[in-house]
Amino acid sequence: MSTLAHVFEAAGLATVVLASNRSVVERMRPPRALYGEFPLGRPLGKPRDAAFQRDVLLRAFALLDEPAGPVLVDHPEVVESDETPLSCPLPPRFDPTLPPAVDEAKGLRSAYDRALARRGSTSVGRVLGPDRVPEALGALHLVAEGAGWQEVALPGKNTIAVCHDIRTYYEEAALELVDGPPPGGRAAEAWYFERTEAGRTVLAARAAMKEQGAPFPFWFYMAPGHR
Amino acid sequence: MAGGDQAMRELGDRLPVPEFTTTPFTTPPPLASATVAICTSAALHPVRHDAFTPTDTTYRVLDRAERQLALGHWSPNFDRTGFAIDLDVVYPIDRLEELAAEGVIGAVAPRHLAFAGNQPDDVATVRLDSGPAAAAVLKADGVDVVLLTPV
Repeated sequence: MSTLAHVFEAAGLATVVLASNRSVVERMRPPRALYGEFPLGRPLGKPRDAAFQRDVLLRAFALLDEPAGPVLVDHPEVVESDETPLSCPLPPRFDPTLPPAVDEAKGLRSAYDRALARRGSTSVGRVLGPDRVPEALGALHLVAEGAGWQEVALPGKNTIAVCHDIRTYYEEAALELVDGPPPGGRAAEAWYFERTEAGRTVLAARAAMKEQGAPFPFWFYMAPGHR
Repeated sequence: MAGGDQAMRELGDRLPVPEFTTTPFTTPPPLASATVAICTSAALHPVRHDAFTPTDTTYRVLDRAERQLALGHWSPNFDRTGFAIDLDVVYPIDRLEELAAEGVIGAVAPRHLAFAGNQPDDVATVRLDSGPAAAAVLKADGVDVVLLTPV
């Protein structure tokens, strides 16, 4: 974003960056930046809080009155991510002949469908639609159990994209199953990787691929780096 | 700060970044008469088409009225549920419309932009090619101010 600020400004456009990493903007010196210590992925700070988002925008636009740059100002409120796993119900075991993650994914389908109907859009579908999520988890289960990662037919093929679609399917379904205020940043991530069979399966398959010598990007980006 | 965000910010602290010896500075018209566009690095694209590839250095043009958007960023290292709950927490298009209706800003631009935040370290294409091309799109629409929102 700071690079684009330089490029746009040189073209005659005034810019304001909502910065998410302070040291990066300190070093890159875009003309105007408002640093918000908010959950990464939420540059306006708080979902479903129009007043807070408006405050962020007005503080950012106020920097347009500065006579010269670079100018870097901090938003006064810190919004922390929450890594406490979301309190979200999971479907009961239904078909014991299936790997647990496959059974679980099938059980979440109606919640995912409700979420899709309500929102009208989804970020699932980079390489897999919801129909193939259980099949992909079945393939990753085999890898986790010791099968060679190159021998298993993974629908969608690209491990990063497949894992994105599985996780997004779960997170969008989970949002349909919880009440109350919007969950904090990373609460759904913690739920997925620490509470669900799918998250455990992805982490186990990732560890197995690493152990088998798969190329670094193929396994590393299947999950957040700190996991 | 929670673990995942702290780890990513500490990684950012160590990351080499492009160096700019000067900072260009454009003085905009008064905000109440300025046309404002959003440029996000969330790799937003219309649902089911025009998706970003893993090493995409290009951009998508988002119509002002478009709300059916997918988050196409390839990194697994940030929260995506905020976007799933409320588009505006990443792409504050409705907030801009409200500010325009109130006369706080002059107008909402007819077109907005999305890049992918995961770029090659030298960001050469963005600096020399897709960035200037994107600026020309906004200039053609009479944009005065660009709000850059990161993911």
